[in-house]
Amino acid sequence: MTTTRAAAILLAKELRLEFRTRELLSATIVFSLVIVVLFSFAFDPTAAESRRYGPGLLWISFLFAGSLMLNPSFAREQSNDTLDALRMAPVSPFAILSAKMLANFIFMSLVELVLVPVFGVLYNVSLGGVAGRLILVLVLGTIGLTVTGTVFSAISSHARMRELLLPLLLLPILTPLLIAAVEATASLLVDQPELDRTWVALLAGFDVVFLTASWLLCDYLIEE
Amino acid sequence: MKGRIATTIVVGALIFFAGYAALFLAPDEKTMHVIQRIFYFHVPSWIAMFIAFSIVFIANIAYLATRKANWDCLGVSAAEVGVVCCTIGLATGPLWARPVWGIWWTWDARLTTTFILWLLYISYLLLRGLLDDPEKKATLSAVFGIFAFLDVPLVYVSNRLWRTQHPQPVILGGNGSGLDPTMGKVLFLCVIAIMGVMIVVLFDRYRLERLRHEFEELRLEIETRDLTPASILGKEST
Repeated sequence: MTTTRAAAILLAKELRLEFRTRELLSATIVFSLVIVVLFSFAFDPTAAESRRYGPGLLWISFLFAGSLMLNPSFAREQSNDTLDALRMAPVSPFAILSAKMLANFIFMSLVELVLVPVFGVLYNVSLGGVAGRLILVLVLGTIGLTVTGTVFSAISSHARMRELLLPLLLLPILTPLLIAAVEATASLLVDQPELDRTWVALLAGFDVVFLTASWLLCDYLIEE
Repeated sequence: MKGRIATTIVVGALIFFAGYAALFLAPDEKTMHVIQRIFYFHVPSWIAMFIAFSIVFIANIAYLATRKANWDCLGVSAAEVGVVCCTIGLATGPLWARPVWGIWWTWDARLTTTFILWLLYISYLLLRGLLDDPEKKATLSAVFGIFAFLDVPLVYVSNRLWRTQHPQPVILGGNGSGLDPTMGKVLFLCVIAIMGVMIVVLFDRYRLERLRHEFEELRLEIETRDLTPASILGKEST
């Protein structure tokens, strides 16, 4: 079986598992909404202030939500030792890892799909004119978040206190991603929006570096 | 053992002379005066930190390639030494910055990068503490260590791009560029002394880790043996 086909089958399994209950998705969406609402008490949400703090707020809520949502990705395989079953299947470790990355990417995108319009409404930021460019930034940022997050979820799933450990490992590594994503988003929320290419390049660079690293190191992550 | 005592004495003497040279022999700096002397320990600790974290990275790759426990022991030892050097750097920096810049801390690219670096390697050590299985601990922490090291240039570049739009406090014009020859010599002596301390500590820590590893292996071996009273008594009677 080719890696692509194996990954597609495993992706279908991940999606089926989640959409049967939708518990992870609904909890994550509500959690990120709570953060967005809480921020309105931390600063005065006028239109001018929202443009200044909005991008940071949005990405911090994504990063926090992601660092919690990615935890069950591997941890949920442990209760019935299903990862052993996956290992025994004649598929490459990268197929297992990339299926999980893709599934997490889809879940995270769905969270963002709900959260970004709500953010626009609550903080009086009009996003209609820049939707296409904003999606590019969101996609690049989400790839970086889910690639590193899935790898670290595989690492932390073997540890004690894994719920606390995953954000601890993930958030410092995501510093460059946070800076680049916030700055790129901020460049779209000003009066004459123009996408800052430097930051998009940095986001893409982050994605490429860590995607390559996880492809090279996936054997060690999935092994017995 | 004799070699170890001799090295410790040599390094101890070196650090004593380095301290003396930094405090009394180096010429007085024109504007910063005595405060500038912290530079002779600040810069060497950064150099030592950078070397220690590079050793961690090499040890991580070598462990994944060879699966020899020695590399894992070297990795964790170097990470601990690196974190200590990083802490010295992060502590001496604000002590100098407060009188010179007027502020304890600024989110400048270099400062932010080292702070993130410090957090990353603390997480590396925490991760190791939370993984129980020795083999899993070595493999997974090596993967994390490689990811962390790859992140460092990205953190630096992003902070550099981000903060250049803001006015920055004046940093000493690079090492060597405007440095008095005596200052250069004292700095060199201090780098050698701090490196000596780092190597001695690293070596000791490595030996300790090896012993710990050996101890764990022996304990596992004993645990797998049948030690019920009946079997022990049975052995004694035969």
